[in-house]
Amino acid sequence: MEPFRAFTGVVAPLDRASVDTDAIIPKQFLKAVTREGLGPFLFDNWRYEDEGELGQDCARRPQNPDFVLNRPRYADAAVLLARENFGCGSSREHAVWALMDAGFRTVIAPSFADIFFANAYKNGLLCIALDEAEVDRLFRAVDEREGYALHVDLAAQALTTPDGERIGFDIQPSIKTRLLEGLDDIALSLQRADAIRAYEARRAREAPWLFPDRVDAGGGEP
Amino acid sequence: MTAKTLYDKLWEAHVVCDNDDGTSLLYIDRHLVHEVSSPQAFEGMRLAGRDFWRIPATLAVVDHNVPTVHRERIDDPIAKIQLEALARNCRDFGVTLFPLTDRRQGIVHIIGPEQGLTLPGMTVVCGDSHTSTHGALGALGFGIGTSDIEHVMATQCLAMPKSRNMRVRVEGELGPGVGAKDIILALIGEIGTDGGNGHVIEYAGSAIRSLSVEGRMTVCNMSIEAGARAGMVAVDDTTIEYVRGRPYAPEGETLARAESAWRELVSDEGAVFDREVELDAATIEPQVTWGTTPGMVMPVTGRVPDPADESDAGRRRAMTEALAYMDLKPGSRLQDVPLDKVFIGSCTNARIEDLRAAAAVVRGRRVAANIKQALVVPGSGLVKAQAEREGLDRIFIEAGFEWRGAGCSMCLGMNPDRLSEGERCASTSNRNFEGRQGRGGRSHLASPVMVAAAAVHGHFVDPRQEEV
Repeated sequence: MEPFRAFTGVVAPLDRASVDTDAIIPKQFLKAVTREGLGPFLFDNWRYEDEGELGQDCARRPQNPDFVLNRPRYADAAVLLARENFGCGSSREHAVWALMDAGFRTVIAPSFADIFFANAYKNGLLCIALDEAEVDRLFRAVDEREGYALHVDLAAQALTTPDGERIGFDIQPSIKTRLLEGLDDIALSLQRADAIRAYEARRAREAPWLFPDRVDAGGGEP
Repeated sequence: MTAKTLYDKLWEAHVVCDNDDGTSLLYIDRHLVHEVSSPQAFEGMRLAGRDFWRIPATLAVVDHNVPTVHRERIDDPIAKIQLEALARNCRDFGVTLFPLTDRRQGIVHIIGPEQGLTLPGMTVVCGDSHTSTHGALGALGFGIGTSDIEHVMATQCLAMPKSRNMRVRVEGELGPGVGAKDIILALIGEIGTDGGNGHVIEYAGSAIRSLSVEGRMTVCNMSIEAGARAGMVAVDDTTIEYVRGRPYAPEGETLARAESAWRELVSDEGAVFDREVELDAATIEPQVTWGTTPGMVMPVTGRVPDPADESDAGRRRAMTEALAYMDLKPGSRLQDVPLDKVFIGSCTNARIEDLRAAAAVVRGRRVAANIKQALVVPGSGLVKAQAEREGLDRIFIEAGFEWRGAGCSMCLGMNPDRLSEGERCASTSNRNFEGRQGRGGRSHLASPVMVAAAAVHGHFVDPRQEEV
């Protein structure tokens, strides 16, 4: 994973609560067998007037002019602003891949669904929870000024507005470190291989039924 | 000794070590894999040159993409690629797969418990948010994304912080025509779709105790719709009766040892929960959703709420948008709104008990003329076979239902079973999000009894008025 570096990005306002992962990336795109190329299908049902299919050239599809992210002023947005419980529903990591493939590096909302939040930081997408009043204020500011951009500095745990105002945010230290250093979670855990083996040996004595030799493929003849 | 919750006990039994950043390395006993969330994880393993940490902890099955008729051929070329990718990945890495031709094939959350692959006290993960289902057996089951799938493949562990404890007590007796689905929908209506965020829910109380394991699975299944990654029910005689004799359950001496360990899987007297919610079972009415989140739910006898009565501006706007999408008017009754399709299935409600309950309503009656399609999709090949032995298939078919093969089907419309633009569906599934069952489709979630009654009337009715 790439380390998360400070950046300044245009903010796109998605003024909805409980934006679910079905909305972020509809079901038909979960048939992808790779992580790449999902950006054009981000919010597909809201963004286009037809039904999309994987592999389609989205440049030719009829866009929904009322959908906020279709406005030219948000074309290069890298920060998504939304309401509470963002990313609820299905565990599909495709939602995070689609957001990142579309150029988003940070999502700001009053709260996030648990699985989405975990998927996000594992891919280097920073989710920032701010209180509702602050999010409200940002929605108004973004609406009032075209090209409204925030400077996102994870190391300093701060956002800086175009007027130079600083907005601090909280983040779990473990997530901050992983994002900043772009750590490979698996490699980190494998450093504990001895501890995992010791755990298994102890558990297999205490609870042998948890350690079958194999899961048999037999017995399922049609 | 401090009194512990069931979740505390399950968590502590699986901690391999504490990391210095507030997370723990948690050992995973069972990893269930399906075709949709796994290909990128297998690819990651290949690219890093890694092998599975413990293959026998893993089982794969096809469910999301599969057609439920004409299963000898897959017409959708993109789905076919994904199904073939799973078969190839399982072969390459040595993972056991229940393919479409296996009579045990079915929805991953149905077959885990059915096969005894899910046991009390286990940690169970799967790249699917409804893994919370497995908590019904006194296990810690939760959904994970693809990065974590790869992590479990390579390490048999997950690095994560502990969640908070929440207890939902449902005391008293459920009324006739009211079941597990109504409990969980009523709860979500009460606490909201983010009410359980950051928490693991333990369902307790006499109404939960009196549910079968199948019913408990329905409740735990939709914990994620309340925002909780995991839901669970303490082990009791019902749990142990359910597990005994399952194909992968322990036997003999090992079973006796296991059972005495499983009996400890209850919250201690005096254990402290970060949040407690209580529901009175007797006041829960048959529930049906009117909006586009599972929290937008009401008793079937009720009227569609009016956004004008909502004081919070954000909620008011969400309600207005939901009513527009659902094409419903404030103050109207769902009993007056004709339906187009009916779906009985999904990991929420496709177990044998669900099919029996629906069949009891349908027996000797006909699907209403305005219903274009009525599907019954058993949760597994074994549920289907059991239902056929009991003659339930005849009851459904004679009533005008289509009797299908096992899979996720119309719950998420990744396969040929889906809603068309504007179609209105009574569904026993778990999500009524915009476009969930098909772009522009309108989903109303309810229990198998409610959906079966809606099928014969062509619109929702109060199932308590039905003569069964």
